[in-house]
Amino acid sequence: MKSDRVADRVKGLKGSGIREFFDIAQQMEGAISLGVGEPDFVTPWSIREACIFSLEKGYTSYTSNWGMLELREMVSDKIYKDDSVYYEPEGEILITTGVSEAFDLALRALVNPGDEVVLHEPSYVSYKPCTVFAAGTPVCVDTEVKDEFKLRAEKLEEKITEHTKAVILSYPNNPTGATLSRKDLEEIADVVIEHDLLVISDEVYGKLTYEGRHTCFSSLNGMKDRTILLNGFSKAYAMTGWRLGYAAGNKEIIEAMMKIHQYIMLCAPITAQMAAMEALRTNDEVERMVSEYNRRRRLMVEGLREIGLSCFEPKGAFYTFPSIENTGLSSEEFAKRLLLEEKVVVIPGSVFGASGEGFIRCSYAVSQYEIKKALERMGKFLERHRGKKWDYH
Amino acid sequence: MKVEGKEEEILKILEENARISDKEIAKMVGLDEDEVKQTISELENRGVIRKYKALINPEKAGIEAVQALIDVKLSPERTVGYDSVAERISRFPEVKSVRLVSGEYDLSVLVEGNTMRKVAYFVAEKIAPLEQVRNTVTHFLLKTYKENGEIYEEEEKGKRLAVTL
Ligand SMILES: Cc1ncc(COP(=O)(O)O)c(C=O)c1O
Repeated sequence: MKSDRVADRVKGLKGSGIREFFDIAQQMEGAISLGVGEPDFVTPWSIREACIFSLEKGYTSYTSNWGMLELREMVSDKIYKDDSVYYEPEGEILITTGVSEAFDLALRALVNPGDEVVLHEPSYVSYKPCTVFAAGTPVCVDTEVKDEFKLRAEKLEEKITEHTKAVILSYPNNPTGATLSRKDLEEIADVVIEHDLLVISDEVYGKLTYEGRHTCFSSLNGMKDRTILLNGFSKAYAMTGWRLGYAAGNKEIIEAMMKIHQYIMLCAPITAQMAAMEALRTNDEVERMVSEYNRRRRLMVEGLREIGLSCFEPKGAFYTFPSIENTGLSSEEFAKRLLLEEKVVVIPGSVFGASGEGFIRCSYAVSQYEIKKALERMGKFLERHRGKKWDYH
Repeated sequence: MKVEGKEEEILKILEENARISDKEIAKMVGLDEDEVKQTISELENRGVIRKYKALINPEKAGIEAVQALIDVKLSPERTVGYDSVAERISRFPEVKSVRLVSGEYDLSVLVEGNTMRKVAYFVAEKIAPLEQVRNTVTHFLLKTYKENGEIYEEEEKGKRLAVTL
């Protein structure tokens, strides 16, 4: 009887094996964690201060289901300024509790049972389960290191069937740090038009782009109407715990998302909305953090190569995704042993999809000092497991 | 000559951590080690980099030093300008900084000594009697919260979880 308490949909979710490892990692004394998926910066003070002030003034109520109009106006201005796409604050923008909620809403608003949703892997862990919760069928496209983990238009096209409803695009990418150029995106846009698809574009790491500029997918010709743009404050403004994001897109779809949002969430927290308005007013701190990530990125990529891991050069987010294939260990085995022997936490690539096997995710959202220490420990680990030093480069 | 590009990047790194190795700087800015060495010595030669110092929290070091900010009003009649008197004051080792400021008074001088008496005597004997000095006001410093962009009692870090996917 007991075994029937939990719905099959949930029981079917995997992930218990790795959980054990994460529990050890969370608790180990003296461990250096490169397993972090959020900034090590505390939210800039001006943002925190604005929130405290709003509390003092008594802003503690619900807001419009859509989010505060003033914030939506600022979001609209920001997208227009950064990416030259205009979204109407009334009807085309919905403020949500993080990209997480926006993503869930988007799927639920689009997907009928049996509809296929194409997603590229390795990628963020929520996409597949959320698709399943929305009664959709996830269809995975593998991206490869030889393509710099870019989603290639041809490979996307191969996966499209008459049931395909939407494509999830997630660049800059977690866990690979890959980015797509305008040209890469244009090729994807052609496929989208050809097959009459919709795109859910998770651009939460967009500001964290280190070479060139991030191109917003909906800014491409004809894409605004077909794209649900998801973005938020977590990564760029170091506001993960505030839980604030937004979706922007076609009125009909955003309205549909709002219908779900009003019943499950009512509205995003007003404290976070007040803080977000201040975040959008200031840019200096974002730039400061981005240039620090960029220094750490180079330090880590070079360092990983020095200790003998071949490492694709990530151009966005705050992750490196080196190959550990030449150690002969599976990524899970590698991560477990590294933790137990040298107290460094990394995330096995297999967590992000089958094509992540053979890689580990190392976050550089940690101090330069921690990067150095972690690399030293990893170097020792690799030396021991290979018996001799590599001169691989 | 304005510092920009790689020089600026290197300065930003050194400003944050002057003890970092050339090798690490090289990685971060995408130059080789020799180029970094050379850039840094040029910056030193041009006087852009004046010195490398440690930022010490005296309280933690158990150093009992007393500091005071002295507002110094100078006599306006003299036309030699403020430079000569400012330089005279600057030469005392007890004086940690001297700045010309706008407003009620003219110089803002930071003085350090072992005891309050010593600081007070120093002001009375060395600064107040100078010919150009009309009057001084002494503010003893009670607690430092932030200096040179560094907050002394940093917020606790480590509230993050070790793993987030
Ligand atoms: C690709 C990606 N999308 C979305 C999220 C979640 O964002 P939010 O905090 O806005 O819910 C994350 C967090 O790690 C992420 O990596």
